[in-house]
Amino acid sequence: MIAAMDKKAVLLFALVGALFVGTGFFESWNTSLGIFNMALVSAIMALGVNMQWGYAGLFNVGVMGFVALGGLAAVLVGMPPVGAAWAAGGLQVLLGLVLGAATIVAAILIYAKMPPTRARIWAMIAILILGFAVFRAVFDSGVALVEAVNPAAEGYLGGLGLPVLLAWPVGGVLAAGAAWVIGKTALGLRSDYLAIATLGVSEIIIAVLKNEDWLTRGVKNVTGIPRPVPYEVELQAASWFTDLSARLGVDPVAFSSVTVKLCYAGLFIIVLLVLIWFSEKAWNSPWGRMMRAIRDNEVSAAAMGKDVKSRHLQVFVLGSAVVGMAGAMMATLDSQLVPSSYQPLRFTFLVWVMVIVGGSGNNWGAVLGGFLIWWLWVMVEPIGYDALVFLTSGMAEGNWLRDHLLASAAHTRLLTMGLVLLLVLRFSPRGLIPER
Amino acid sequence: MDVLNAIVVLLNFVIIPATAYGAQLALGALGVTLIYGILRFSNFAHGDTMAFGTAATILVTWGLTALGISIAPLPTALLALPFGIMVTMLLVLGVDRVVYRFYRRVKAKPIIFVMVSIGVMFVMNAFTRFLPGIGVDDIRFADGERFLISVRTFKEMTGLEEGLAIRTTQAITVVVAAICVAALFWFLNRTRTGKSMRAYADNEDLALLSGINPDRVVMVTWLIVAALATTAGTLYGLDKAFKAFTYFQLLLPIFAAAIVGGLGNPIGAILGGFLIAFSEVSVTYAFRKVVGYLGPADWQPEGMIQLLSTDYKFAVSFSILLIVLLFRPTGIMKGKSI
Repeated sequence: MIAAMDKKAVLLFALVGALFVGTGFFESWNTSLGIFNMALVSAIMALGVNMQWGYAGLFNVGVMGFVALGGLAAVLVGMPPVGAAWAAGGLQVLLGLVLGAATIVAAILIYAKMPPTRARIWAMIAILILGFAVFRAVFDSGVALVEAVNPAAEGYLGGLGLPVLLAWPVGGVLAAGAAWVIGKTALGLRSDYLAIATLGVSEIIIAVLKNEDWLTRGVKNVTGIPRPVPYEVELQAASWFTDLSARLGVDPVAFSSVTVKLCYAGLFIIVLLVLIWFSEKAWNSPWGRMMRAIRDNEVSAAAMGKDVKSRHLQVFVLGSAVVGMAGAMMATLDSQLVPSSYQPLRFTFLVWVMVIVGGSGNNWGAVLGGFLIWWLWVMVEPIGYDALVFLTSGMAEGNWLRDHLLASAAHTRLLTMGLVLLLVLRFSPRGLIPER
Repeated sequence: MDVLNAIVVLLNFVIIPATAYGAQLALGALGVTLIYGILRFSNFAHGDTMAFGTAATILVTWGLTALGISIAPLPTALLALPFGIMVTMLLVLGVDRVVYRFYRRVKAKPIIFVMVSIGVMFVMNAFTRFLPGIGVDDIRFADGERFLISVRTFKEMTGLEEGLAIRTTQAITVVVAAICVAALFWFLNRTRTGKSMRAYADNEDLALLSGINPDRVVMVTWLIVAALATTAGTLYGLDKAFKAFTYFQLLLPIFAAAIVGGLGNPIGAILGGFLIAFSEVSVTYAFRKVVGYLGPADWQPEGMIQLLSTDYKFAVSFSILLIVLLFRPTGIMKGKSI
């Protein structure tokens, strides 16, 4: 794998590595590792988006939604079930959902099986209205019962209580399911439609997470998702750990926090390496060549007998699954699901900037972009005033505006992201590590 | 059974608000559809163009109010609107010159234009928030007479149990939108420039061959779009409140309206705007009172009779969008699909 990268790429990775090492020396290793862990997650998101954009030229503006589905998976898999809520109305909620799904399936069956007449339309509408009424009747009362159970601490169904590592593939599956529905509808049409449809679905996923308290506790947030790694207090209580930190001559409290972060980093690095390995294999396989052929000229690829729409659907689902997995990993790292923290700027467009800056169509480029842009995103504010002056110096505006900008520092991230995106697209569209 | 009161409730809470909202969406969707027809990409920066235009109008409104100028009973913002439009025109022309022109020269794929428009969206959004006094909070800038008909006057006039209110901003929205649409259609169908724009949208190569100047067409398009976006944004802000983030969220209903109507088709955009607005309002409205009046006397239904909570209003535009994409990707009025 390393041999495949050229000298420039190695140098760039070394530079970005130096950024993290520098943060470790000048701030603290704890901070540096914290940024590094999230950078690993970001790099995985960027890998997923790169599959869609770099391999196939599909523009997904709903990355945030797939990340959030991953977070949901962490709750559904990792949290212990709330027995009282299940007893109160859990089965009723599930029954409601099944009825709702059955309604949609029945409507689709009617549409597919009946001859295309007026009667078909009316039958479909009747089924939908009747089904919706029954669904609401069953579902709403079940939800009310569930949410009434100890609302301050629970008020939701909880999860399955399984090891949280299982949530990572489950997050991928959830995201893949959503992507399949969107792709099935919007692919094969104009390229803009996929962008608009993904924008819509991500807004809706966030709205569901915020409002369906029985599922995610809504804006009350789910906290304390179990960890796959030991807790700091456990380490501090363990005698081997205190011995080790004494031998190394470090403060056990700070050392425990660094150790936990290193454990996370280890897990994430394994996932990242596996994904890069698969991505590189896929990229260099006949399948990868076919995807690039479709991306570069859909008409001629279709003429060669390639099924453009289903290949697009395939890669769109795969990419979204990777993003969903990263979302689950992020919720695991944070140990919480905070639906209101999902902002399009942070989870959709930042990932896009990572892919484009790093080099779309190059897996290593996407990873590099993930590390570099995440570091910048976190560090721009601590570096503070100087960085802000530097960032605004590109704008040829009058002095008063710059003063005003410095006063409203909170919005500079928007401006920076927009400018970086525009400048890279204009002057270096192939990114730092271009496609080979 | 009390049909009159039921109709009044329905008018008051569904039909009048949805008409005003529909007119705002229609103006927004017209801008999107024009860009799509002529420049051939979905402009994600449209919501933020609306926000910028509205912010500029608000600043001028404040200036006028400070000078003591008002056109009561109408809101001062109407007087400020032309100035807001001019500022926005300068901005979009500048953006086109600095950003989009390059991609037209290199004949970039439409999807690149979409990405670039997202970059523009951020810069514009930040720019709007940086404007002095705008920031991120809700701003209400409607002054003048609040109601054309207030609930009390209506009750006194008719003696009905239910009141009906028409806010001035709702009436203004509909009137201004109608004027804009009439002017736009007159321009597109009757003037030489308008006809050249339609020719360019229909077939670029043929239009170029017949001596139409593409730069001029593009410039005029941006000017019209700036005017439409500023008007739509100001009307929305007058009717509700101004907040930069809300305008970003308006993108989805606006796109849905343009696609439902058929991208590139102006009449479709207007139809789509009203379709989306009426579906959104009626699906998220609780029909309890209406049904109560229609049922036997002294009876109220048990539930709220609300199909979806208002938190899911985006889901309405989105579902309509999905249905259209599934069954009729060209939209109701036959826009361009591929």
